[in-house]
Amino acid sequence: MKLETRNQKPERRSALSLRSGFWFLVSGFRLVLTSSVKAMLPSSHIEESSLVPRLQSGDSAAFEELVRVHGPRLLRVARRMMPTEEDARDAVQDAFVSAFKSIGTFEAGSKLSTWLHRIVVNACLMKLRAKRRRPEETIEDYLPRFQEDGHQVESSVAWNESADTMIERAELRDLVRSSIDRLPDTYRVVLLLRDIEELAADEVAKILGITTNAVKIRLHRARQALRTLLDPHMRAHAR
Amino acid sequence: MSAMAPVDCREMITFLADYLANELPAERRRLFDGHLALCDSCVEYLATYEETIRMARAATDAGDLPAMPEELVNAILEATKPR
Repeated sequence: MKLETRNQKPERRSALSLRSGFWFLVSGFRLVLTSSVKAMLPSSHIEESSLVPRLQSGDSAAFEELVRVHGPRLLRVARRMMPTEEDARDAVQDAFVSAFKSIGTFEAGSKLSTWLHRIVVNACLMKLRAKRRRPEETIEDYLPRFQEDGHQVESSVAWNESADTMIERAELRDLVRSSIDRLPDTYRVVLLLRDIEELAADEVAKILGITTNAVKIRLHRARQALRTLLDPHMRAHAR
Repeated sequence: MSAMAPVDCREMITFLADYLANELPAERRRLFDGHLALCDSCVEYLATYEETIRMARAATDAGDLPAMPEELVNAILEATKPR
């Protein structure tokens, strides 16, 4: 376990509990302060232009601000990429440690959030690769097939389910999530960043270090594969 | 008269994302519209492709950002403290 609080010795825990009232007030003040700071910032550009020099000079308060401002979005991405909450938190922690070590190499003119996304996505992909017990599924197996004359091998038919009906159906939500998880990582990450996080194609390209055209191709293939995985279930549920 | 060849299902589906993003040249887009007017299977493919995107969004609760757990913030700050 990485979280320091999980490994504390009993005497340290009791010392912490004695001070819990104080820390509650401090952390509450920090949260209010952070919210106020965020509310006052007119744009991420202004926020970054003041934050980056402070980070590069080793200002620990600036690093805490970085963690609090960018942490929630990075945690959401990691939760979507990783199988468990613990894995997601570990990836975010590794990413911030890596960001802290390499902030000196951050180039002026780059976007801090894109740079951080790139670090957390790479941390997630590395952990997923290390944990994988069997080879990934091949995306080609889930792409549409065509006859020689260009017609679809299997005609497409309407679905009896929609995103609207899914809101009330937990098993349908689970099916969609587990189908997304079956996509190969290099495609799944593009689907998560483009269709779910709704980042622009050029930003996703920078995060993944690929061309915008490669993002478009991977996204289309990921959507097609997901559609293929859902199709038999969506046809089968008769209203 | 258009000199372009008619669009088949393979081309329609291969370039579906460009068609939906309105990134095809006008003349080619008209050919895609013409194919959809005749091909029920591609009409359904397009509808279910768009539904797939909506379902992915709905199933993953895209919306409010999570709160950053205090223990995670503390663990990160602890891990980056100068030793």
